[in-house]
Order: sequence, then structure tokens, then C-alpha cells
Amino acid sequence: MEIEQTALPGIGLKHEFTTQSGRRIAVVSHRSGRRDVVIYDKHDPDRACEAVQLNDEEADALVELLGAPRIVQRLNALHREVEGLVSVQLLIAEGSPYAGRPMGETRARTRTGASIVAVVRGGQVHASPAPDFGLMAGDVVVVVGSPESTAAVGDILSHG
Amino acid sequence: MHTASIFIELGGIVLALGVLGALALRAGISPIPLYLLAGLAFGQGGILPLATSEDFIAVGAELGVVLLLLTLGLEYNADELVTSLRGNARGGLVDLVLNAAPGAAAALLLGWGPVAAVAMAGVTYATSSGITAKVLSDLGWIGNRETPVVLSLLVFEDLTMALYLPILTAILAGVSLAVGAVTVAIALATVGVVLLVALRFGRFIEAFVASPNSEVLLLKVVGLALAVAGVAQQLQVSAAVGAFLVGIALSGELAHEARALLIPLRDLFAAVFFVFFGLQTDPAAILPMAGVAGLLAVVSMATKLATGMYAARRAGVARAGQARAGIALIPRGEFNIVIAGLAVAAGAHPDLGPLAAGYVLILAAFGPLAARLVQPLIALVARRA
Repeated sequence: MEIEQTALPGIGLKHEFTTQSGRRIAVVSHRSGRRDVVIYDKHDPDRACEAVQLNDEEADALVELLGAPRIVQRLNALHREVEGLVSVQLLIAEGSPYAGRPMGETRARTRTGASIVAVVRGGQVHASPAPDFGLMAGDVVVVVGSPESTAAVGDILSHG
Repeated sequence: MHTASIFIELGGIVLALGVLGALALRAGISPIPLYLLAGLAFGQGGILPLATSEDFIAVGAELGVVLLLLTLGLEYNADELVTSLRGNARGGLVDLVLNAAPGAAAALLLGWGPVAAVAMAGVTYATSSGITAKVLSDLGWIGNRETPVVLSLLVFEDLTMALYLPILTAILAGVSLAVGAVTVAIALATVGVVLLVALRFGRFIEAFVASPNSEVLLLKVVGLALAVAGVAQQLQVSAAVGAFLVGIALSGELAHEARALLIPLRDLFAAVFFVFFGLQTDPAAILPMAGVAGLLAVVSMATKLATGMYAARRAGVARAGQARAGIALIPRGEFNIVIAGLAVAAGAHPDLGPLAAGYVLILAAFGPLAARLVQPLIALVARRA
């Protein structure tokens, strides 16, 4: 996907791209912090047929709505598509040996073959956490792999 | 007693402008033509002659010009000016040639001489960036493909203004060719130096002006702009250009903040400026010029339309977008009056003021309306095709 950037002198910047279905969408970022989400006309691709003005808060909300559930959705899709691959959500319990330690120290992928693809903390999804991502008690770790390997990760997280 | 009558007159004028502004808002047009009409109604030959406040209005009008140009300069930063100069020089030149020609030709045909021709060329050339920006925003055209083309033409015009105004000032001063050439050379050198300083050392000026306190920021920016405008006037470069260059030198977050602070001040004094121009113009003199103004308006609408279509086509925009680009460029407003005001103050032909007033009245009112009316038509044509 190619995102095209255009300067709008005196106003700000415009980023636009064409979706797979052939619709053109753009975001106009005004210098004042205002954001416009623009959808182009099917018949006249130069014209914005819909322009929705968003303030800072609304822009943030839209980003979150579009971003966060996509990760869960992607996991579910993965799950469905590949036979034998499961994704499980594992809670880091209060007594887990890895609570308070970086995720990399579990060496989960090396030891089991399964991958930790996300950590959910306080309702927020941290996708593709880096090895130095610190795990905490109460986190939910999303693991993808075969049923055996994901179970093994569960063992590691609760018993070390 | 004197102060009391000044206040009463000024209060009446500003209040009247406020009511007119509200009307314009409701009708969806620019308030500039209504302000001009208000100026015509007051003062010389009007229905409500002013007794005491003319002096104040004259100074207020000068301030209005400085603030108009300062906020215009703040809108763009030096990078944007240079980029659009590089990318759209050809479109900008077509704009200049096509749209300066009708005014110059009209002045020559009317037998007003070459000096008036230069002034009238400016009157028909400049699109009102204020009105056009509002049209783009109101009609939801900001995201459109042709809009960057329109905006960079506006930037080009403003940069041309920085060169044109000092030349006009020198010519209007009626100096000899040799002295005039020196003045113009000084003017161009000043513009060049300021642009260079703004590009290279803008952050030092910003460091001086910047303040977390909005009051301090306002005082520093206005003070700097007035001082530079005064020096520019001394050098015969025109105060307006000085203020414009100060605006360009400031950029980024600072410029954005300063603009937000200045806009209320500018709106007040710019309105005073339009009234002042109307005051100086005898309404009885507009009627005889109405035919010429109308004709000039029609011709220069066509030339702006052609300019927009040409520039948009070069950017690969389809036919409907080309038409929109042309229409968006039609409105004329503040700077055309600023130019005519300079010419009138320098004692140009007595009919120049009324012609410019009539011309701007038509295009400031009709430009935005044309855009609004044509929008559904263009959509219909695009759908058929």
C-alpha cells in the first residue's frame, strides 16, 4: 500500500491512499491540530465527497477503534486459517516466576516453539512485545503455536 | 466633548460593521463587499457624513493593512514559499500574465496612462487568499486533488506581491527612471535578504520573539512588524511588504500561535481599512464606472478560470477538478483594495478608486457564490461522464 503525502501551504499536510476496493481515502492534518478524514467521490476521484472534522480526542478514539480490535481479529483469523495452530490467552498469576521480569527471559520460543504475540494489560493490547518488555502479575499473554507448545508455555509461565 | 463624539461615531461604525458581518455570515458570502458598502454610505457624498473620526480611521486603516499582510506572511513559512516557487513557477507566471493583463489593458484603454495601468494590473491580478481559503473550507474542498495547486498559486501570488508592491510604490511616487530603478533595486535586495535571513536564521528571530506569555508574544510581534514596516516605508519599499516579510520570517508553532493572537486585532483594523477605502470613494462616482467594472469582472473571471484550469491540468487533475480550481481563484478582496488604496493615496486618476471598488464589490460577492452554485453542476457533469 502506498501512502501519498502532499503539502497544503498555509493549511498543513494531506496523506492519501487507495483501498483495495478502489476507494480513495485521505487524512488532512491541519496545523491547528484539527484532522479531517476525507473520502473521495467514486465518479470524480479528485473531489472529496465526504469530509469529517475530528478534534484531538476524536482522532485518538478513531485510531484506537481501528487499531486495537484488529489485533484480536488477526489472531482469530490466524487460528481459523491454519489447522493445528491455536492461540491461547494465559494469565500471569501473582506467584509466577516471571512476574516483574522481561519477557525475553522466559525463552518461550526457543524452549517450546510457540510465540508470544501480544500482552494485554489493563484492557490495552501491546502487540508484538519486544524481548525487554517487562511482564507483570495480572497481564494476559497471548501465545500462538501448536496445542502442545502453547501448553508448555503455560507451564513455563506458572512454574518456571 | 471631542472624545465623546469620536467614540460615538466609531462605536456606530463598528457596530454597523458587526451587524453587516452577521448578515454576510447568514447569506454565506464574504463580509468584505458589505464593509465597502458601509464605507461608501458613510463619509463624503454618502448618507451619513462623519464629523470627527476620519483621522483615527485613516491611521486605523494603515494599521489594518500592516496587520493583513503580517497575518498573511505568518500563514506561510519560507520553505513553503521556496518549494511552491520551484514546483509551480510556470502556473504562477501564467496566472500573472493572464490576470494582470485585463486591468492594465482597461487602464490604457481608458487613457489613464502607464502608472495607473501598473496599479490596475495589480487590482485584477491578486486572488483574495482569505476568501478563497474560506471557500475551500466551507465547501469541503480542502481534501480535493486540485487544492494543493490552488494553494500554491496563492503562495506564488503573495510572493509576487512582495516584489510588486515596492515597484508600485516607487512608480506611484513619480520618481525619475534612474531614481526609480535604484529604489526598486533596494526593494528587491531587501526582499531577498529578508527571505534569506528567514530561511537560514529564522530561529534567532523566533528565539527573540518567543514567549510563553501570550501578551508578551503579541506585543513583540506587533512591535516588530510595525517597526520593520516603518523602516520599509522609509526605504520606499512600502510598509505592507515590511510587515509581510516579518510574517514570513516567523514560522512553525510560534507563527501559528502569533496568528491566533493577531486575528481578532486584524479583523477589527481590516474592517476599518475597508470602511476607510469606501470613505475615500465617492459613491456617485461608482455608477458611471459600473459598466466598466462589470465588464472587467467578467473578463478577469474568465482569465482566472483559464489559469486554474491550466495549472490543475498540469497537475493531472480531471476536468471537473480543473473547473473547481478556476472557480476557487475568482474571488478578489483585501489586497486588490490595498493596491487601489496605495494608488488613490498617491493621487492616481480619480476614477481608479471607484472602478476598483466596483470591481472588488462584484468579485468578492460573486466569487464565493459562483463556487457554491457551480458545485452541484460540476458533480452532475462528472457523474454523466
